[in-house]
Amino acid sequence: MRRRNVLPGLPLSLGVTLFYVGLIVVLPLAALAFKAASLGFEDYWRIVSSSRSVASYRVTVLSALGATTFNLFFGLALAWVITRYRFPGRRIIDAVVDLPFALPTAVAGIALTALFANSGWFGSVLEGFGIKVAYTPIGIMIAMCFTSLPFIVRTVQPVLEDLDPALEEAAQSLGGSDWTIFRKVILPLLAPALLAGVSLSFARCLGEFGAIIFIAGNQPMSTEITALLIFIRLEEYDYQAAAAIASVLLLAAFFMLAVTNWLQARALRYTVKG
Amino acid sequence: MSIFSTRRKPPRVGDALLFRRSLIGIVFVLVAFVIIAPLVIIGVEAFSKGWQLYRDTVIHPDTLHAVMLTVLAALIAVPVNTVFGIAAAWAITKFDFWGKRFLLVVIEIPFSVSPIVAGVAYLFVYGLQGLFGPWLDAHDIKILFAVPGIIIASMFVTAPFVARELIPLMQAQGRDLEEASTSLGASGWRTFFSVTLPNVKWALLYGVILCNARVMGEFGAVSVVSGNIRGQTNTLPLHIELLYHDYNATGAFAAASILALIAVFTIIAKVALERQGAGRVRKQTNPAEKTS
Repeated sequence: MRRRNVLPGLPLSLGVTLFYVGLIVVLPLAALAFKAASLGFEDYWRIVSSSRSVASYRVTVLSALGATTFNLFFGLALAWVITRYRFPGRRIIDAVVDLPFALPTAVAGIALTALFANSGWFGSVLEGFGIKVAYTPIGIMIAMCFTSLPFIVRTVQPVLEDLDPALEEAAQSLGGSDWTIFRKVILPLLAPALLAGVSLSFARCLGEFGAIIFIAGNQPMSTEITALLIFIRLEEYDYQAAAAIASVLLLAAFFMLAVTNWLQARALRYTVKG
Repeated sequence: MSIFSTRRKPPRVGDALLFRRSLIGIVFVLVAFVIIAPLVIIGVEAFSKGWQLYRDTVIHPDTLHAVMLTVLAALIAVPVNTVFGIAAAWAITKFDFWGKRFLLVVIEIPFSVSPIVAGVAYLFVYGLQGLFGPWLDAHDIKILFAVPGIIIASMFVTAPFVARELIPLMQAQGRDLEEASTSLGASGWRTFFSVTLPNVKWALLYGVILCNARVMGEFGAVSVVSGNIRGQTNTLPLHIELLYHDYNATGAFAAASILALIAVFTIIAKVALERQGAGRVRKQTNPAEKTS
């Protein structure tokens, strides 16, 4: 039943698209993969499984998990408050949620460091409780929280907006308490979008660099993230090690991209039909 | 309690007064701490040693040069990515071809790849260790550790911005108008400029503004390929780092305040464009799902 397409411009537009994607996206990533592959398995494995590399994966992944978990609750609360309640300042909150995307990461990095350093507004208070944030893994986590917060809010918000009130009303008329209805009716409907937001946020945390390097202590084995280790290897002109470790981050990114696409397709399967 | 409520609608889940107020309260506090405080501290720190020092930093030749380079990168990367975004959106939404879903995923790759990985990848294309490095060196063309490298790296990082705004909207609008226009005899370009463009102008501007903000603020990818030469290959974000590591925190915050101001303007423009309907369709349609 496919109609004949009368529109012009396919060769030009597709040509421009493929040329640009090929030159700007595919070629460099292929060159990186090629460089990493040319190392040979033994050298490759030695670099990516060295204790310093593994320590960097650990601090990166654990901090990303912590930050994403925090953002899961905070992001859901933000999306809920913005879409379901009407109160003065709602529009402003809705607007400033995007600030972490708009603010350059280096700017965010020095700002967070100033806030959480021992003499800073938050750091000096937390110091009283014996909590050190700047130059510790907690600092890395906070920088990740900041830069990835909008992902969860912005993926959950539209689903929450389109939620059919009749579903809740039906559950209410059956005598369900708010908490039960949230758990059994609303949360399952939100879950795909929530998970898609989580995977986007987690992927962003794994690759984040600018915001983190200022607030992290950057000590090998404890507060050195993987992205920084790549940078350090480059500065040492150890291009092979940089390529190998970068390929690990690249693989992680592709994995998260696949997960996100799968989750988003699932999330939208429900909303589009509803 | 709901019988005496003056609200027109019945209470929904989570509308109990105490819960509602405490949740709003918590969100306000967290937003103030997590989002607003970093913005405020930039201003406070930038002016902590007075207006004079702020002015001196901002009009210092190195800062001005960094601003110029940042603007130059945006002036090249944003239009190029806009043309790419329009071409990609036209090809993907107006035609059916094999591998479309895959192309959509490839376009989104820069969003998930760490900027550092992007920088390293460019090293292996244009660097001395890379594919074209020896050839470029023999012909005395400098791309890495020079301005072209900064611009190309910025292009990678922001490549999907315009396409991502246009594709869902043009998908939702379908092909009928364009088909009517061409069947009445209008050329492809005429159809695009008189039919398609007016319908997507706000979404286009929305994508352009977000793309611009990201180009001007890009740090990781640019710091790998720039070489960080003061007064030569320093963009504004790199200049901030340089000042910061020079123990000139006030200067770093003064330079940062310029970028923070751009961020605030970006947010305001974004809200204004959302009132025009931009950025809305993306949330409701999945381009991959609607390919016939």
